[in-house]
Amino acid sequence: MKKYISFFRIRFTNGLQYRTAALSGMVTQFFWGAMEILLFKAFYEAAPEQFPMEFSALATYVWLQQAFLTLYLAWVWENELFQTITTGDVAYELCRPVSLYNMWFARGLAFRLSKASLRCMPVLIFAWFLPAPYGLTLPHDISTWLLTILSMVLGLLFVTAFGMVVYLSAFYTISTQGTKLVISSLSEFLSGAVIPLPFLPPKLGRIFSLLPFASAQNVPFRIFGGDLKGDAIVTSLALQVFWFLMFLMIGRMMERHALKRVVVQGG
Amino acid sequence: MIKSIRLYFLFVKMHLKSMMSHKTSFFLNTMGQFLVSFNVFLGVYFMMSRFHQVKGFTYEEILLCFALFLLAFTVAETVFRSLDTFNHIIGNGEFDRILVRPHNPVYLVLCSKVELARMGRFLQALVMLVYAVKTGTVVWTPGRIMAACLMVICGTVVFAAIYLIFASICFFTLEGLEFMNVFTDGAREYGKYPIGVYGKTMLTICTYVVPFALFQYYPFLYIIGRADHDWYALLPLLSCLFLVPAVLLWNYGLTHYQSTGS
Repeated sequence: MKKYISFFRIRFTNGLQYRTAALSGMVTQFFWGAMEILLFKAFYEAAPEQFPMEFSALATYVWLQQAFLTLYLAWVWENELFQTITTGDVAYELCRPVSLYNMWFARGLAFRLSKASLRCMPVLIFAWFLPAPYGLTLPHDISTWLLTILSMVLGLLFVTAFGMVVYLSAFYTISTQGTKLVISSLSEFLSGAVIPLPFLPPKLGRIFSLLPFASAQNVPFRIFGGDLKGDAIVTSLALQVFWFLMFLMIGRMMERHALKRVVVQGG
Repeated sequence: MIKSIRLYFLFVKMHLKSMMSHKTSFFLNTMGQFLVSFNVFLGVYFMMSRFHQVKGFTYEEILLCFALFLLAFTVAETVFRSLDTFNHIIGNGEFDRILVRPHNPVYLVLCSKVELARMGRFLQALVMLVYAVKTGTVVWTPGRIMAACLMVICGTVVFAAIYLIFASICFFTLEGLEFMNVFTDGAREYGKYPIGVYGKTMLTICTYVVPFALFQYYPFLYIIGRADHDWYALLPLLSCLFLVPAVLLWNYGLTHYQSTGS
């Protein structure tokens, strides 16, 4: 376990290096969040009765999304990992007395966490100061906080496990450009990054919320804003656990299968 | 002048040939561009099918506005993309080589890269435009057709000016500034709705500071017949003035340019 924590730490401190990038990323995110909320406000004024969630819950969703963008973003890939597989450098990694899956999983977690930890606080504080209902509305009971954190952790674990399956697919397809493109844009829409899932037609929304992609940002942000309540929280959390374990298993199986076939040709 | 244009097309042909030598990569990139903006379209579609109208604009009208704006953006991005990656051109010394050639440096920078993979997005904009024109209720008088053309042409000019400002800043910082994306990618993302939708403040900023509204919102009002004055149709021409500070900044930057030494 200790060695994986070290891998995590190395990657995490490595990610913290890019501070200027984080700063200008933050400016972009303030702008993005503000525009998104102005847009939804216009729709809210057009037909308030058609709005599927409280406006404050929506604003909270948008700000959390901006603050934790890199935590769940579909377009975050570590190209290094794809390259190690396609160039054959993975052979070096296999020489180490560690499990490939665990090592990369720890890396993936650290990569996303380090990026998010640099930029989340300023965005959250800024959003908290905005007048209601346009800013971040904090829930009053402690249980919502705890459930959100639990759900965020599950979401992050799921996203990382999902990413692992895509990385490992490089063992089979070699050129991953196409897979990356299709998977990223699909999951961007299906995870509720373009518009929150409740805004979809009810039937479609229900189907989408069962798909794995909905287990990322959709659940924690809606719990925090008070949009998901009671039984819905339990079902969503259970789905998150289910999809995480599912993709963990698929990833592990792929790892075992791929490494059995892999032939190192020397050089 | 004619020589320069012919030379430019020779460059385009060259880029096309070099891209065609990696057909799969080109195809995937085009598809990627298409998928990304298709997500944006899906967002608009589902929002409009739930709310039917926003600030009095119908789905077909929004689509028309989105299509014209996206056309302008895509043309600008295809042609002026090299200015967006100008920090690389400065960084690797490529710009020093350009300066010794007997032609305008901006022109040569533009020749160095033509992003034909953006055609994926161009295609989508065209499809949306055709659909919006066919199903919409707009009666296409010559004046309105002219306003639509002005929206695309002047929109391209404004984006070109933004790219030029972006590149000029690189003379001083030697590095790209990510927040400049707000004006390019941010505009692409939020220009899908008429700017008036975002409220008075945003409209004022986009009229007097960065003239997005001059080539998007006002002429669009004219096209759908909601403009207070007919001269709204000519406002895109005014937005082209944005090119003046951009060119001045570029010239200022150019005289202060010291090589990066690489």
